[in-house]
Amino acid sequence: MSNIHSSPYIRNSDSVSRMMLAVIYALIPGTLVYIHFFGWGVMINIVVAVITALICEITILKIRHRPIKPFIYDGTAVLTAILLALALPTLTPWWLAALGAAFAITVAKHLYGGMGYNPFNPAMVGYAMLLIAFPKEMTAWIPAESHGLTFFNTLNYSLFETLPAGISYDALTSATPLDSIKTQLSLGYTLDEIHQSKAALFGNIAGYGWEWINIMFLIGGLILIAIKVISWHIPVAMLVALAFMAMIFNFSDAGSYAPVSFHLFGGATMLGAFFIATDPVTAAASNKGRLIYGAGIGIFIYIIRTWGGYPDAIAFSVLLMNMAVPMIDYYYRSPVFGSTGKS
Amino acid sequence: MTKHLWKIFGGLKLPGFKSMSMSQATETAPISKILTLPLKQHIGHAAEPIVKVGDTVLKGQMIAAAKDYVSTPIHAPTSGRIIAIEERLVPHPSGIAADCIILEADGKDKWIECSENSNYRQLDASELRNIIRDAGIVGLGGAGFPSFIKLNPGPNNTIETLILNGAECEPFITCDAMLMQEQSRKIIDGLNIMRHALQVNRCIIAVEDNKRAAHTMLVNALQEHEAEYIDVIQIPTLYPAGGEKQLIKTLTGKEVPSNGLPINIGVVCHNVATAAAVATAVLEGKPLISRYVTVTGEGVEHPRNLDVLIGTPFSELVELCGRNSKAEQFIMGGPMMGFEVTSDHIPVVKTSNCILVQRKNSEPDFVMPCIRCGQCADVCPAQLLPQQLYWYARAKNFDKTQDYNLFDCIECGCCTYVCPSHIPLVQYFRFAKTEIWTQEQEKKSSDIARQRHEFRQFRMERKKAENEERKKQKRELLKKVSGEKDNGEDAKKAAIEAAMARVKAKRKTQSITPANTDNLTEKQKEKIAEVESARKKAKEES
Repeated sequence: MSNIHSSPYIRNSDSVSRMMLAVIYALIPGTLVYIHFFGWGVMINIVVAVITALICEITILKIRHRPIKPFIYDGTAVLTAILLALALPTLTPWWLAALGAAFAITVAKHLYGGMGYNPFNPAMVGYAMLLIAFPKEMTAWIPAESHGLTFFNTLNYSLFETLPAGISYDALTSATPLDSIKTQLSLGYTLDEIHQSKAALFGNIAGYGWEWINIMFLIGGLILIAIKVISWHIPVAMLVALAFMAMIFNFSDAGSYAPVSFHLFGGATMLGAFFIATDPVTAAASNKGRLIYGAGIGIFIYIIRTWGGYPDAIAFSVLLMNMAVPMIDYYYRSPVFGSTGKS
Repeated sequence: MTKHLWKIFGGLKLPGFKSMSMSQATETAPISKILTLPLKQHIGHAAEPIVKVGDTVLKGQMIAAAKDYVSTPIHAPTSGRIIAIEERLVPHPSGIAADCIILEADGKDKWIECSENSNYRQLDASELRNIIRDAGIVGLGGAGFPSFIKLNPGPNNTIETLILNGAECEPFITCDAMLMQEQSRKIIDGLNIMRHALQVNRCIIAVEDNKRAAHTMLVNALQEHEAEYIDVIQIPTLYPAGGEKQLIKTLTGKEVPSNGLPINIGVVCHNVATAAAVATAVLEGKPLISRYVTVTGEGVEHPRNLDVLIGTPFSELVELCGRNSKAEQFIMGGPMMGFEVTSDHIPVVKTSNCILVQRKNSEPDFVMPCIRCGQCADVCPAQLLPQQLYWYARAKNFDKTQDYNLFDCIECGCCTYVCPSHIPLVQYFRFAKTEIWTQEQEKKSSDIARQRHEFRQFRMERKKAENEERKKQKRELLKKVSGEKDNGEDAKKAAIEAAMARVKAKRKTQSITPANTDNLTEKQKEKIAEVESARKKAKEES
């Protein structure tokens, strides 16, 4: 059938690689601010993850006898690697990013049939695997702008896991704002007390540094919506659901539940809403379905952040809703033209 | 225009490429030496030739008659001689050959006598429909459905609105736009005739808002009293706003039901060119033998519209417009829904609105897997989920494709146009539709075969049962005859005796068969004696 060329004989200039490139460009502002606050580790993670992802992609395409050029140029492997790298702690050994990227491309993407066929978001599968396998490395974050490490210090740590004399890894790292709220709340402190004791960590809205990173990812995401690379349904539904959950609990007990702003601009919320949950391959297809899918992610994020065992929850929430996508797609279809025909 | 319009779902803003073929007035193409007239230029059954090879015909003379209800006749576009009735390549997506009447023009272009009906208001609807049918008029927008059928609402439908479709939403095509500019009065005359035939009050002529001149000319052509019931409405330029269902939604807010027809919601929709053809047929008595054709694209130096006799080969029109070296591919219709023809010797038929001549893209795009981005669903005017349909069509899971409303697809091509993975979605949907039709056809014929077989078995069994019954009755009768003895041997004996008795009786009757010479009257005896003696005498003498 493929040899019959039938109409339409024109098409627009859009392509998968253009879409993926647009997404990568939209990540730039957030990434730059991220590097500004958390140092060169972010960049090193991205480079390591992208190189590993490309090597894995080419190797597997060869093994599967698939054309290499179109699948490298489509940019999906690079995007997966960048998203994974942005989710990792910023001071990590290189093999963490490499392992995560290799797992994401090899297992989560290609073992399920490659581009377009993977039911789970590859970057988030890679992240979840690392989080479960290497909990210590994956939960040790350096606080924003207080590390005092140069590019070479960071590279040195990444490659050889050694730090300059006089700086110990344990002294350098601490919990993220999300993480410390969870532990402190469980110790019986109120939100006000936690904020006062760790003022430097919390910043103005949702954690020093984190709030700005989130704002930049929000801007990047809004651009993607404006140029129609993603639709508004998933991010809006996710953020509204998350805000709604936070509002209800914060309203009932402001002392023990973080406010809406903290949830929206803390952690990886905006990155998740605009760049991770919107991965078209693993998200619901219809607009109605996307609203449900996004809202589901928002609710799971709140539940896992508040009562779950992990500090942030984007990865698990996205993966959980990935599982629900086939069912959502089946049940939430918009009515076809004429099915509501008034006669 | 202050009329409220409704929004349609999806659609595309496409580059128009319309001005290139509108810079000059429509020109009448010269008469081709040889005209090829396919017997089937419409939806329905092919017409049947009523001329023989060697016949001379006049311009406008019917040369093939409608075969049954859903069929239309074909007329000679010029005077000349029938030189062949045989299979020739016809405009068809699969490049097939079909029966055609080949007419050699004599150059005199002599008309047959035409009967004008300037007083069409005195004709009733069925008379008008007959005129329109006999003039061979089909939908000139592209589908080619016999127009008289759409002018027959039937007893159970009341028509509220008659719409003339002058949207012409596909890129490149401008034949309707030019017709509206140049023949606006004729279109309105045709509309009045259709309105009379349908007994409908309200009429709308819909024009896309990128055709200002056409709109102005139509408004100016309206007479004062006509303006009371005819609205000339500009609709937003959006592909496929001119799709019948989309146009009706835009103008009335009503959706034609899935699997339904516009008539179900009280609307009838005709193309503007069809209306002009109806006016010509009724007022001048002339059948449909020519049409406006847009010849455009990068493959011609002077893109323009031509008034072309049906049957003229594409190649002559392309030459006329200055064929250049980029002329590699010939598409009948627009770039979104048209189809490539395999040869430029294919003739213009009633539904040929445009010949698009362009370079051929020899390197097909590399098709990436679907990334489920949903852009196809966002632009689908039928509100389908093309990516799901594609998934199932590719897997040949045809039940599921119908579950996802495959047959509501209007094949507008919007999904393929936007697909970032360059998947030829519409091609898959056409494939799935034909597969399902074939399967249904096969199922139908196998159903018929099974029914026949079952009926045959039933018949055989019935026969057997009847035989049994007859034998049984006979046996019972014999039992009675043989003195109600149940013994089988007695029954046999009795049967033999009965048979012998019958034979005896027969012989007896045979032996006493009366001869013709018994019971003769005296007069007859005399006569016989006379004859006998005469015979004897004759014998002796010889």
